[in-house]
Amino acid sequence: MVDPGWYMSLAAVLFAVGALGLLLRRNALVMFMCIELMLNAVNLTLISAGRALNDLNGQVAVFFILVVAAAEVVVGLAIIVAIFRRRTTASVDDMSDLSG
Amino acid sequence: MVDLLWLVIALPLTGSVVIHFFGRYLREPAAGWLATVMSAGAFVVAVTAALPFLEGGDHGEMISLWEWMPAIGANLEMLWDPLSALMALVVTGVGTLIHVFAVGYMHGDERFHRFFTNLNLFMAAMLILVLGGNYAMLFLGWELVGLCSYLLIGFWFNRSSASAAAKKAFIVNRIGDFGFMVGLMLVFVSFGTLSYAGIFEQAGETLSTGMATAIGLLMLVGAAGKSAQIPLYVWLPDAMEGPTPVSALIHAATMVTAGVYLIARSGAIFELAPVASNVVAVVGALTALFAATIAIAQRDIKRVLAYSTISQLGYMFLAVGATAYVAGIFHLMTHAFFKALLFLGAGSVIHAMNDEQDMNKMGGLLRRMPITATTMAIATLAIAGIPPLAGFWSKDEILASVFERGSWFSALWVIGLVTALLTAFYMARQWVLVFLGEPRWEKESDPRESPTVMTAPLVALAVLSVVGGLINTPFRLGLEHFLEPSFELVSLQLAPEGTFMLLVLAALSVMAGVVGAGVGYLTYRRKPARWRSFEESFEPLWGMWEAAYDVDGLYGAVIVAPGRKTAEVAAFAVDTRVIDGAVNGIGGMVRRVGEAGRSIQTGYVRNYGVLFLGGALVVIAFLAGAGS
Repeated sequence: MVDPGWYMSLAAVLFAVGALGLLLRRNALVMFMCIELMLNAVNLTLISAGRALNDLNGQVAVFFILVVAAAEVVVGLAIIVAIFRRRTTASVDDMSDLSG
Repeated sequence: MVDLLWLVIALPLTGSVVIHFFGRYLREPAAGWLATVMSAGAFVVAVTAALPFLEGGDHGEMISLWEWMPAIGANLEMLWDPLSALMALVVTGVGTLIHVFAVGYMHGDERFHRFFTNLNLFMAAMLILVLGGNYAMLFLGWELVGLCSYLLIGFWFNRSSASAAAKKAFIVNRIGDFGFMVGLMLVFVSFGTLSYAGIFEQAGETLSTGMATAIGLLMLVGAAGKSAQIPLYVWLPDAMEGPTPVSALIHAATMVTAGVYLIARSGAIFELAPVASNVVAVVGALTALFAATIAIAQRDIKRVLAYSTISQLGYMFLAVGATAYVAGIFHLMTHAFFKALLFLGAGSVIHAMNDEQDMNKMGGLLRRMPITATTMAIATLAIAGIPPLAGFWSKDEILASVFERGSWFSALWVIGLVTALLTAFYMARQWVLVFLGEPRWEKESDPRESPTVMTAPLVALAVLSVVGGLINTPFRLGLEHFLEPSFELVSLQLAPEGTFMLLVLAALSVMAGVVGAGVGYLTYRRKPARWRSFEESFEPLWGMWEAAYDVDGLYGAVIVAPGRKTAEVAAFAVDTRVIDGAVNGIGGMVRRVGEAGRSIQTGYVRNYGVLFLGGALVVIAFLAGAGS
């Protein structure tokens, strides 16, 4: 059995990649994918911890998260598509209307 | 007939409402006659309902109409006993005559029907006051007559002096009402009810002397406001700005006597508070003398009568304060007759003189207006206390009762006697200045006798002023027996028993009247230059009297000016700086916090992301720290 530390490390790397991508990229679609990456990094920690501790709750939680995330993706993508149609760009820097 | 007693109030009230809404469709005299008929109807109902009392011994009864506020004993109920019956008869009887007079006097006024709306409303309010079976209804009527007084003093509101006088009357009465209201609260606290039925009979067991004194003095504050006694009398002279029928009805015959009625009605409470009673008597005596001196030097025909009214009300207070309630109520009644007559006569003169009120510009009107002159002469003799006219009997009974009381009340008796002398003097002065001597008016004013609609009430009141006193003479105490059931709970102060004593007292008061009237007549019968020098020989007193001791100026300096100053400080310093400053300061602070905070909101997702991440790291660090 692989040491759970590896899974955790992989999850940490994936989360860091997602977070950096979110902060550095400007394209709304790419940022959205980065968020999904972070989400699934967390899923990975849950499932590996569940396996290491021999506890099914980890897998159950991941199933719930996957289902909810699927719904959330639909809404998020719909918003991005709607914005793209209106502005013909997906760059988030052009969407700073709420600047104080 | 007692079952229909509610009609006494309902008839004038209906008249008021009908004329208010439909008055403009009635032709000019019709609105006035409708109001008169309503008032006369109330009089007829009151007379029929009062007939059983003539047999004597009848305590009357409480008539409940419907429940209003049963928890505090304040229901719509009427107490129909000899005292309220007498008051209702005076109000409706004299009121009806004044209504008739007003139909002629208000001729040609563009708000003719509105005048009668208010006049009828006043009648209803005054009847609520005197017929109410509890203090709540009395207070209701008390406030309503105050409102009507305000409306009618300011009837010609486009004259700024009239609207100022109306406000003054209202505000000064407010001060009195404040005391009255506190008194009523004490009554409620003591008895748990405001109903007469629950108060007077239990008063002896329930009230301590201190509480009774407090209630009595607070009621005196209210009564002094409504009945124009020292120190709250200042509104009445100004109230002469109203049309003359209003002065006659409200400010001479009825409303201003409400204070006397209140004290007489509350006799059972004053019975337990001799101190409060004595204060009432002293206030009354001082007011009588004080106002009489002012009346001497007035030039305005109505102001003489206004101060005279204050003075006569002082007599009534002196009487009820000396617990001579019957004498006080008796004088209230006779005064209603002759003072209403004097005011209406003055109105007739003013009407003929094209609204001239200065007596210096009158004179020689006897031949021009014989009916007005004759009837006013009767009223003048009546108020001067010349037998056998009405004023003699009532004034004499007051003076005799006060004298019989003895001890320091003798001083009040002397004051009363001096006042009687002054009264006779200024009334003779007024009559001579107006009706005798050379005409001092301009030729073109051409005064004529008023129409019959105005002179008929004068004649009726003149008859009452002659015979009105005969209902209660030492030979036949009719009124005393009539009112006895209403004053069973109090120990009445009566006039002395002995014939000799009575004769001496009567002779003294008649002498005061004759001397006063004689001096007045002889002085003012002479040429103007002669009586002017007579007046000047009294300087500087005469000037003080003519300026009414400048009490208005004193009140202005002591009360009005500081009040204004306080209002100014409150409005322009406290309100604009402190209150508004606090509100604006809070608003400004919120605005500045917002200004500082808005720079965080860049609108760039990445900035929010960094903050979010930083926040998450802080939370994790905190949890990690807490865990270890």
